[in-house]
Amino acid sequence: MSKKTLVSFTLNGKATDVAVEPRELLIHTLRERCQHTGPHIGCETSHCGACTVDIDGMSVKSCTMLTVQAEGSEILTVEGLAQGGELHAIQEAFMQEHGLQCGFCTPGMITRVYRLLQEIPDPSEEEIRYWIAGNLCRCTGYQNIVKAVQHAAKKLRGEAVQSSHALMAGVAN
Amino acid sequence: MDTLNLDRLSKLEGIGCSRKRREDPRFIQGKGNYVDDVKMPGMLFGAMVRSPYAHARILRIDTARALALPGVHAVLTANDLKPLNLHWMPTLAGDVQAVLADEKVSFQNQEVAFVVADDRYIAADAAELVDVEYEELPAVVDPFKALEPDAPVIRDDLQGKDSGAHGARRHHNHIFTWEAGDKDRTARVFENADITVKESMLYQRVHPCPLETCGCVASFDKVRGDLTVYITSQAPHVVRTVVGLLSSIPESKIRVISPDIGGGFGNKVGVYPGYVAAIVASIVLGRPVKWIESRTENLSSTAFARDYHMTGELAADADGRIKALRVHVTADHGAFDACADPTKFPAGMFHVCTGSYDIPNAFVSVDGVYTNKFPGGVAYRCSFRVTEAVYIIERMVDVLAQKLGMDKAEIRLKNFIPKERFPYQTPLGLEYDSGDYDTALRKVMDAVDYRALRAEQARRRADPQAEWLMGIGLCTFTEIVGAGPSKMCDILGLGMFDSCEIRVHPDGSAIARMGTITQGQGHQTTYAQIIATEAGIPASVIEVEEGDTSTAPYGLGTYGSRSTPVAGAAIARASRKIREKARLIAAHLLEVSPDDVEFDLDRYVVKGSPDQFKTMKEVAMAAYNNVPEGMEMGLEAVDYYDPPNFTFPFGAYLCVVEVNRYSGETRVRQFYALDDCGTRINPMIIEGQVHGGLTEGYAVAMGQEMPYDDAGNLLGATLMDYFVPTAVETPTWQTDFTVTPSPHHPLGAKGVAESPHVGSIPCFTSAVVDAFAHLGVTHMNMPHNAYRVWRQSHALGLDKR
Repeated sequence: MSKKTLVSFTLNGKATDVAVEPRELLIHTLRERCQHTGPHIGCETSHCGACTVDIDGMSVKSCTMLTVQAEGSEILTVEGLAQGGELHAIQEAFMQEHGLQCGFCTPGMITRVYRLLQEIPDPSEEEIRYWIAGNLCRCTGYQNIVKAVQHAAKKLRGEAVQSSHALMAGVAN
Repeated sequence: MDTLNLDRLSKLEGIGCSRKRREDPRFIQGKGNYVDDVKMPGMLFGAMVRSPYAHARILRIDTARALALPGVHAVLTANDLKPLNLHWMPTLAGDVQAVLADEKVSFQNQEVAFVVADDRYIAADAAELVDVEYEELPAVVDPFKALEPDAPVIRDDLQGKDSGAHGARRHHNHIFTWEAGDKDRTARVFENADITVKESMLYQRVHPCPLETCGCVASFDKVRGDLTVYITSQAPHVVRTVVGLLSSIPESKIRVISPDIGGGFGNKVGVYPGYVAAIVASIVLGRPVKWIESRTENLSSTAFARDYHMTGELAADADGRIKALRVHVTADHGAFDACADPTKFPAGMFHVCTGSYDIPNAFVSVDGVYTNKFPGGVAYRCSFRVTEAVYIIERMVDVLAQKLGMDKAEIRLKNFIPKERFPYQTPLGLEYDSGDYDTALRKVMDAVDYRALRAEQARRRADPQAEWLMGIGLCTFTEIVGAGPSKMCDILGLGMFDSCEIRVHPDGSAIARMGTITQGQGHQTTYAQIIATEAGIPASVIEVEEGDTSTAPYGLGTYGSRSTPVAGAAIARASRKIREKARLIAAHLLEVSPDDVEFDLDRYVVKGSPDQFKTMKEVAMAAYNNVPEGMEMGLEAVDYYDPPNFTFPFGAYLCVVEVNRYSGETRVRQFYALDDCGTRINPMIIEGQVHGGLTEGYAVAMGQEMPYDDAGNLLGATLMDYFVPTAVETPTWQTDFTVTPSPHHPLGAKGVAESPHVGSIPCFTSAVVDAFAHLGVTHMNMPHNAYRVWRQSHALGLDKR
């Protein structure tokens, strides 16, 4: 064990100080010190992306970054997306398009999509699939996640959009 | 239906609606509560020390250096568990499994010692400091070699025992032999048949790999003498009973809580050594102990799936009418038989392997074998070995079609059990509830224009320059889900019923709890839909809870797609009990005879006087205030449902692949999946289950495997190699349905969630093999990754430029 270092960063708009060992991974700091348990851990080889957070305008797998490297940075996690009780368009879209089941990949997926849609506001299906390829999902088969991204993209561009799963479609007859 | 009713109907959000999920708001905001989110005062963290060897004697374990590390509170070994008789634990298969290895280790990464420290970083450091001295023994990785006379003894603890939980053992590495059907009669049919075909195949070892690994937080309160365990369990009540049996703590003082679970997929049914070690450590230390495994630990020590070496045979007339099926399986169960199954079925429901076909004679036999590998077998949407059963029959039907020169759709249409033959008795002792296979397959063939696909394939085959071979896969499967009738099915002696409790509050809202436990399948949404339709309470005011054994009624959990067939039935029946009592209260309020009152969506109406009614909400208030004389106050009901039979959903899947003859790369051009699970509770959620299951099927068929080298090293037990597809690899899915209700189910609903996994895998193999079928290839073992497919291409000389 080595000495702890004081690290300061902004977490979802709030100034945050933590004292950590140099070896502490950012994901553990967020989850265990800052009580932001939305980002998850799904592997130890940096593949799954369940730990994805947004740092200084980049999607980062927080299991692959030391907390001390986050000094001075702006960190956004899934907990910081909804504003004033209003869901972010991406969150709403995941619900409308059934883009989640167990919800374990969802915080990382949504955080990744948050950055993706700023980089490419009108992505093609191929672009969506490619640019979320750092995020694994075991439940959805991705298809409804793609729909959710398209749904959110439309909404963020100010276009009218409806859930592709009509509530009463199976019932009326 | 008039507009007013449609409006009321949509407000209920009941059966048949694509209701948006109640679970989503917390998950999309990071407010789910999964095991590793749990934080308790004084909580410590446990880490496993694991075996580097597949097979070795433990000469010595030195824990001194680990214990000396600041922040370490305990290091448990088998010696600490022995006085409690917990160094071994019972499994669902009737065998035992080592909790912490005692005299020897029997698979690589087996649990050897459990370190408890202030946090996971210190625990990891301390685990490194535990010094274990091993004497390596020869490892057995091939199940056929395991049965050779001089094969190494894997299970010293069983020496001298010539019978196990499932009958006689004929060799020290033999676990059981299980048979079904008429052996002699089947043999006679084979002797006299016009045509017989035979094919051997391996359904390779794979892993369910839920994104959240297994873990728990065990908290024994020394003052109160009670134990609370937050756990990734698909069967928390069963875990409570097992923990009670092992610990001698009465079940009333054990609270097992499955909180939100980040996917289960059958991986989280059984009890793992990590859970036991954390519980013991908490009892010893009087503090909460958290254990969360890594991905590598998950992939190398928790329930694997499959590993069936199968030989199938079909006998048929010259015109393709199937007369008999014979199957032999050598089942690799690893070092301990921890295969999750109903007690009487050591090979699960494998005897559904006559499939969707009217086959008059059949015989199957399964030999379970120990090897130096991690335990498991039943997991990963298998419905208790139905994956394997469907794979063998679907492959064999393709093989037969090829031998006869018949089209693979035609041979299926010829042999389907006709819809008027249901309920249908199979030669292996099952009674299928309902089905209409012919309609389903024809619907799929029309949708994809099967004839045109075959014509295109014929043109492609005729072109010697074509770089991409074309394969068409078909799978027409019958599932068996909803275990199950207590006369056939039990888990450790507990009948496989399930349950529901519904309590309606004075304001007309309700709390409902069930004995199942969702791991993402949407129970909190869909269960409320059933109650909404059956009891007339809007789904939006129904709270559904599962997973807390102190509050939910006893149930057997969620696996084997049993939630809708079993708990779904209990929910319907409990709802109907509420509806009946509410009708009596409504009649009392309306001052008419109960016979004159009928239920209409969300209210009770006097027959013939639609304006005279009491809403469910009004009745709920009255239930706490003004009930008929002699009636108990309140409005609640419980139902424990023992199903009369399984449900048998079915599907027709079609896949088109393009295979590159030079590289072996396979592209899925189209995948069309028709599922019939009877009455559909929530089409949106079914579709999501199908997408997920098909994606797993793609992963299993095209890339997943857990190979062992000769020394017993598990290769590829991380996401570096273990194939989990991303959005890029995953094909686009087309889904469809027909509706053939289950006649015995209160709602007509069948389970469905495992169907897409069960059905898609043989469909992919069917397609890949079909790409080479014109060159005489009858079968290729999975996974069909580029290297392996290239080897096939190379063997045929197709990769020569």
